[in-house]
Amino acid sequence: MISQLVILWTDGLVFLLLLVVILFGIYASRKAHLRGPWRQVARSRVGMGTLVVLSFYLVVALLDSFHYHPILDKAGQEEGATATQSVEVISLFDGLVEGLRERQEKTYSAPLATRLYAKENIELPDGRVVRDFPRLAYGGAHLADPETEWLPDILKLSAVGIIKGLVVSLAVANLLIILLAMRSRRSFGAQGRAVLRGATEIPWKVAFLTLAFMLVLVFWSAELAAKYHLLGTDKVGEDVYYQALKSIRTGLLIGTLTTLVMLPAAILLGIMAGYFRGWVDDVIQYSYTTLNSIPGVLLIAAAILMLQIYMSNHEFDSLVERADLRLLILVIILGVTSWTGLCRLLRGETLKLREMDYVQAATAFGVSNLKIITRHILPNVLHIVLIAVILDFSGLVLAEAVLSYVNIGVDPTMNSWGNMINSARLEMAREPIVWWSLAAAMIFMFSLVLAANLFSDVVRDAFDPRLRGSR
Amino acid sequence: MTAYILRRIIYAMPILLGVNILTFVLFFVVNSPDDMARMNLGMKRVTPAAVENWKHERGYDLPLLFNESATGTGRITETIFFQKSLKLFRFDFGSSDSGRDIGYDISQRMWPSLAIAVPVLLVGLLLNITFALLIAFFRATYIDFWGVVLCVILMSISGLFYIIGGQYLVSKLLHLVPISGYDTGLGSVKFLILPVIIGVIGGIGAGTRWYRTLFLEEINKDYVRTARAKGLSETVVLFRHVLKNAMIPILTGVVVVLPLLFMGSLITESFFGIPGLGSYTIDAINSQDFAIVRSMVFLGSVLYILGLLLTDISYTLVDPRVRLS
Repeated sequence: MISQLVILWTDGLVFLLLLVVILFGIYASRKAHLRGPWRQVARSRVGMGTLVVLSFYLVVALLDSFHYHPILDKAGQEEGATATQSVEVISLFDGLVEGLRERQEKTYSAPLATRLYAKENIELPDGRVVRDFPRLAYGGAHLADPETEWLPDILKLSAVGIIKGLVVSLAVANLLIILLAMRSRRSFGAQGRAVLRGATEIPWKVAFLTLAFMLVLVFWSAELAAKYHLLGTDKVGEDVYYQALKSIRTGLLIGTLTTLVMLPAAILLGIMAGYFRGWVDDVIQYSYTTLNSIPGVLLIAAAILMLQIYMSNHEFDSLVERADLRLLILVIILGVTSWTGLCRLLRGETLKLREMDYVQAATAFGVSNLKIITRHILPNVLHIVLIAVILDFSGLVLAEAVLSYVNIGVDPTMNSWGNMINSARLEMAREPIVWWSLAAAMIFMFSLVLAANLFSDVVRDAFDPRLRGSR
Repeated sequence: MTAYILRRIIYAMPILLGVNILTFVLFFVVNSPDDMARMNLGMKRVTPAAVENWKHERGYDLPLLFNESATGTGRITETIFFQKSLKLFRFDFGSSDSGRDIGYDISQRMWPSLAIAVPVLLVGLLLNITFALLIAFFRATYIDFWGVVLCVILMSISGLFYIIGGQYLVSKLLHLVPISGYDTGLGSVKFLILPVIIGVIGGIGAGTRWYRTLFLEEINKDYVRTARAKGLSETVVLFRHVLKNAMIPILTGVVVVLPLLFMGSLITESFFGIPGLGSYTIDAINSQDFAIVRSMVFLGSVLYILGLLLTDISYTLVDPRVRLS
């Protein structure tokens, strides 16, 4: 199916980020001072629960980051001839939910509706023309008489979906209990009872319950979305559920790539300023005070305005690539506006650390500056970096929506919660109102940000040395 | 004191110059004025004469940094950098790309911005401190736990939702106040009340949680234990001792944002159609008026630096341990 992979700029950065996270994970698992706090995160019930929720978002975003040109002509492929490729770029995720992407209605339709939201002239078989709500092309098209069959059908599909979800989550839970039982050398029954009682060190019960909830939600929505438009359709008839799912990648990318972009500069400059002091410190302090004194929104606005001029003077291969470039620039500018806080924190911490006895001793032994920084300073400020990265995430996701509203966010053609809310603004003024685009964006954004906020609290509590003693 | 303030103002100059150079590079070097002209006039079918004309009307036809054709000091002053960027230091904002006087617009639009920002700040401060004190009073109980959870939930909702939801509920369903608009004098109250309420609600989650942390930090200190050991009641301890000491970080945190209140809130103002500086900026961004955006960047930086200066001064006023050096 996959013919030609397309690696967009942001895709490349996503994979780079993944690599960094994995390497950091391996590094952290070998160091006691980093492993301990992570253990504490794993022991926290809120931590485990939110981690499960976040990982669902992460999976969707990752699937959505493998882009390729789909094969247009399936017949050509069978004959062994060269298959024609579409100029369109789609992702692995699009391939998985192909139905959602392609089943376009004419215009608005309510969630789970079988009829359009606007009246149209319909020609009856006997030639008369009446003004009524026409049936949807796809939503509930399998029903002969929607008025009577609709509710039983929804209930049936829901039941099937929920049962599927429960079966799968039970299977996963059993598998994990078997693995746990093997590790702790207990019988399956004993381990299962320990998990149910909540007697395990890591709160597996909470993790399983969250997992089951999420899986049921996934299967239930998949079952319904296959036959209906679960969250309705928007003005041009696109499935809102699909849009909301696609927006996950945008939201997560803005939350994570921004920090990836800013990290090298913030760490390098922050430590240099604190360690070398003198004129290095002055220059670095001057540059971040200058950047910081420009209101972030205005700096982003100025940069995006300039980007728009650049983009209108250049040609792009596809809309996706154009949108991708804008996302990349946005991420970089957001990084530029947000690295200053972390830089200042690191500078202060390094100033403190360089007076420590072990650093003084290293200096006395003639250890080079580079080695002192990488051996003694960097490992001791890593927890600050980690806390800052995780704390920034939710703020950035929320910022995306606001920026898109001001038209200085992601490209208008890109799926993002900000763009959904932006278009919903006019829909709220319609009579009767179209609420589902707004509601869908809000629910998806809220659950991501809430999970991220709760998770970052747990991480901060675990890593902050001031709080560690009190627990 | 005066010497300190003077010195700080002199220190601020290189930073403002840095801001100026940065915006100059962003607006005139990354893309040439020709590009801006074409963007503004519409991309297709623009004659070179029209571009030249557009540039001449707005003074963008000068050289960037050095004018060969001029004489004397004109070589420096007859340039875009001098005319457009350095003049900002005199708060001479010039005219916008559509020909209006930016300085006049700013002085007019400042007041509606303040009319929203000041009540939001004051009411929000009062409510946040009250809630935070309550939560701190019931610390380590279920009230504390659920209070914090509620704060996190409130924080996780996008500000846009508060505005859209509030407008829909209060204005469209209940018809209590107009959806948007503005009036002068007392008539503005009915337009201002909803944005202010929404602004306060939007800030409650983060504010309460932050102040709670400040209070809890103070509560664990030795002087509080001493106060309790003396036999003072918990209320007296909280209000007389904890609140007073926690006011130092709270106050300085407020002072730093005071000057920026002039800039208004981008989102609130444009949603409610209030003619403040926030909606001014948004309109400029949407109509791609570079002169206004440039002026607002400079103004914002000046106000931010002023905020930092005021913070340092207020530290010495409320905390006698801090000395200016």
